[in-house]
Amino acid sequence: METVNITLVGVGGQGILLTSDILAKTAALAGLDVKKSEIHGMAQRGGSVISQVRFGDEVHSPIVHDGASDLMVSFERIEALRWRHLLAPGGKILINNIDLAPITVSSGQQPAVTDLQERLDAEYPEAVFCDAMNIAKELGNQRCMNMVIAGALSNLTPFEEDLWKETMKNRIPAKLLELNLKAFDRGRAATA
Amino acid sequence: MSNKMLLSANEAVAYAAYKAGCKVASAYPGTPSTEIFETIARFKDKINADWAVNEKVALEVAIGGSMAGARSLCAMKHVGLNVAMDPLMTYTFIGALGGLVLVVADDPGIHSSQNEQDTRTLARFARVPLFEPSNSQEAFDMIQEAYEVSERYQVPCMVRLTTRTSHTSTVVDLGDDFGPGNVENKPYVKDICKIVSAPVFARPMRYRVQKRTEELRKYSTTETVVNRIEEGDKSLGIITASVAYEYVKEVFGEYAILKLGMSNPFPTDLVRHFCGSVDRVLVVEELDPVMEEQVRAMGLEVVSYETELDMMELNPGRLLALRKELLGDVEIPEATYADKGLPARPPVLCSGCSHRGLFYVLSKLGATVTGDIGCYTLGAFPPLNAMDSVICMGASIGTAFGMEKAGYNKRLCAVIGDSTFFHSGMTGIQNVLYNGGSVTTIVLDNRITGMTGHQVNPGSGKTLAGDVAPVTNIGAVARAMGYKRVESIDAFDIDRLENVLTAELDSDEPSVVIVTGPCRINAGLMQAGTFEVDPEKCKACGGCFKLGCPAIIRGESVADGKRFKAHIDPVQCTGCGFCEQVCKFDAISRIR
Ligand SMILES: Cc1ncc(C[n+]2csc(CCOP(=O)(O)OP(=O)(O)O)c2C)c(N)n1
Ligand code: SF4
Ligand code: SF4
Repeated sequence: METVNITLVGVGGQGILLTSDILAKTAALAGLDVKKSEIHGMAQRGGSVISQVRFGDEVHSPIVHDGASDLMVSFERIEALRWRHLLAPGGKILINNIDLAPITVSSGQQPAVTDLQERLDAEYPEAVFCDAMNIAKELGNQRCMNMVIAGALSNLTPFEEDLWKETMKNRIPAKLLELNLKAFDRGRAATA
Repeated sequence: MSNKMLLSANEAVAYAAYKAGCKVASAYPGTPSTEIFETIARFKDKINADWAVNEKVALEVAIGGSMAGARSLCAMKHVGLNVAMDPLMTYTFIGALGGLVLVVADDPGIHSSQNEQDTRTLARFARVPLFEPSNSQEAFDMIQEAYEVSERYQVPCMVRLTTRTSHTSTVVDLGDDFGPGNVENKPYVKDICKIVSAPVFARPMRYRVQKRTEELRKYSTTETVVNRIEEGDKSLGIITASVAYEYVKEVFGEYAILKLGMSNPFPTDLVRHFCGSVDRVLVVEELDPVMEEQVRAMGLEVVSYETELDMMELNPGRLLALRKELLGDVEIPEATYADKGLPARPPVLCSGCSHRGLFYVLSKLGATVTGDIGCYTLGAFPPLNAMDSVICMGASIGTAFGMEKAGYNKRLCAVIGDSTFFHSGMTGIQNVLYNGGSVTTIVLDNRITGMTGHQVNPGSGKTLAGDVAPVTNIGAVARAMGYKRVESIDAFDIDRLENVLTAELDSDEPSVVIVTGPCRINAGLMQAGTFEVDPEKCKACGGCFKLGCPAIIRGESVADGKRFKAHIDPVQCTGCGFCEQVCKFDAISRIR
């Protein structure tokens, strides 16, 4: 199998690293060679976070070339633009429909982006948007937002639903599993 | 049969230590090395592991384990090794009894550190064998090999990781026989000629070290399988190590490669043999040209190039640029740069972080603040702007005293976190007091090592293994040293912070002010409440924006978009109440 490159970006605290871990472990479960790298910056929360997952028959570099991500998952709308240069020509993008205003805006250091949706539409005419936060709220716990996104992401990967769920069972504490599996199903259905 | 898992190199180190029969382990947290010990804690039935107060002590504990004949492990980030160099430089003279492996994680590209430095130079300096895994499987295998080498040659061994290997998960085959290694302790025998490094004994030791290095060089040249030649097109031969190897495979995959898993002592004969077998030799390594200089020193010719590769993190793109320069047979894909007009998203103190109030007050008082390393370093950035310097752990106090001695004493204070205080701040405050300084040292006591992901410390009341531990009271420490002015303040009481600091900063006597409040994340207070701004009462003065809380965002604009009312994002607010205290118009109140 040709190596597939997936980049996940967003803001610290959104559950990106758990999502990329589940993606990578699902690929490993499928018998593929996998590398998952992550950079979490300096703060516990609030900074840009990026994780890359590569899978195929044999994977060397953990880092994806700029312009070589076959799929990008952005957990936040501004971040989707920030990492534009990572996406391959013709690559797909999944965008979580949520804005987290950076501190540079509220403190007046930098202007807010007022035409975000227009810019997203121009850069990514075929983007898949996911209302993961609203779905998570409907399920009664914002914290499962990342698994809604994982469900949406699963539609764009070659792995069977069961394989994803098996990884989730191994990775998520039992008392949160049911909620997270539901979140996954909802994300999958919402973007099918 | 295989026993495969997806592990980061950090996790793989822990699994390998377990399999190798490691019994004693000590470390101080530091990104990107921290997860090694978080994983080791799972093996507490076999490995007696702890968080030491700093890297020097951690290495001394591991050395003690080795002296007593047990396989021992120590881990730290690159700058931690600066702190631990002293014991290392002499234990390398003495040589290990039980296997001693020191794992050091470099941070090329300065993802989460105060500097960039290359540990390989220090491994050479200390004359210790150095292993450089390229991925988690190699980390798993090399740790075990390092224990063998350490005991066979009686030498501490170093394993160098980097942010990229430490934080990349790759498939590891743990082997069918995976389980706790049963290695008997070597019997401890008192022998002052061997273990007392006084001059009379250190001189013969020095000769032994010299001889040992040559024996190790034989091992790295002919015996170890981690130094290997991979056949390929001989028009170019590439010498590489660490994660750079993976990038070479990606970008120069068709050429002959000399892959050095054990790069110190440098396997000179193997290198000479490889260089003789190819037309041109290229050395690709991350950070300093450590291997390249050794190849050149052997009188061998190495390809020179213009592409900058001697600093910051490598990646396939940078090697592609090198390939374009040297071979001209690739095109660099045109970069479609991200939109430049985007607001930056720098790291911030969490919403509700207990550190925020202090910086708000220091900023208001116009204090000069020598800073230190931790989450609270973020107090240096706008809008708080309340820190003047950051150097290394513990430096806040010594540098404040130095500024005072130079005559700069205007509202001067040092700010340090609790873990950093235990690491290297205690000696600093002792020094101020002893030498007659008047520095105010402010300890941000959140009872945890926040920055590196919440590791326990002597103020936490718990050990790495989860056992109850005595709690060190920082105020009591200062008083016991002889400090007369010691105050403890609730981190969330902004008025009192302002009153006490106004008095202390201008006082001629040295003081220690302890600001106490739990790390919001560690204490599980991220959903402890929500505040709301009443848009009727909000005058768009911008006062609460100065807190730099990520939950306080722009609301309705007034004065033609020049000013904005505040709005609190209920998802991000954690209910700390700082903003309620700073609002002059009572526009902010708790709703939950
Ligand atoms: C010599 C050295 N060791 C380790 C580190 C990694 N490190 C950075 S900050 C920090 C401690 C932070 O804890 P604390 O002082 O309690 O402040 P907090 O992050 O909780 O605010 C550590 C261990 C380092 N930078 N330098
Ligand atoms: S992790 Fe804790 S100490 Fe660090 S910024 Fe967040 S709340 Fe503050
Ligand atoms: S109460 Fe105010 S300062 Fe505290 S987290 Fe909420 S918005 Fe931020």
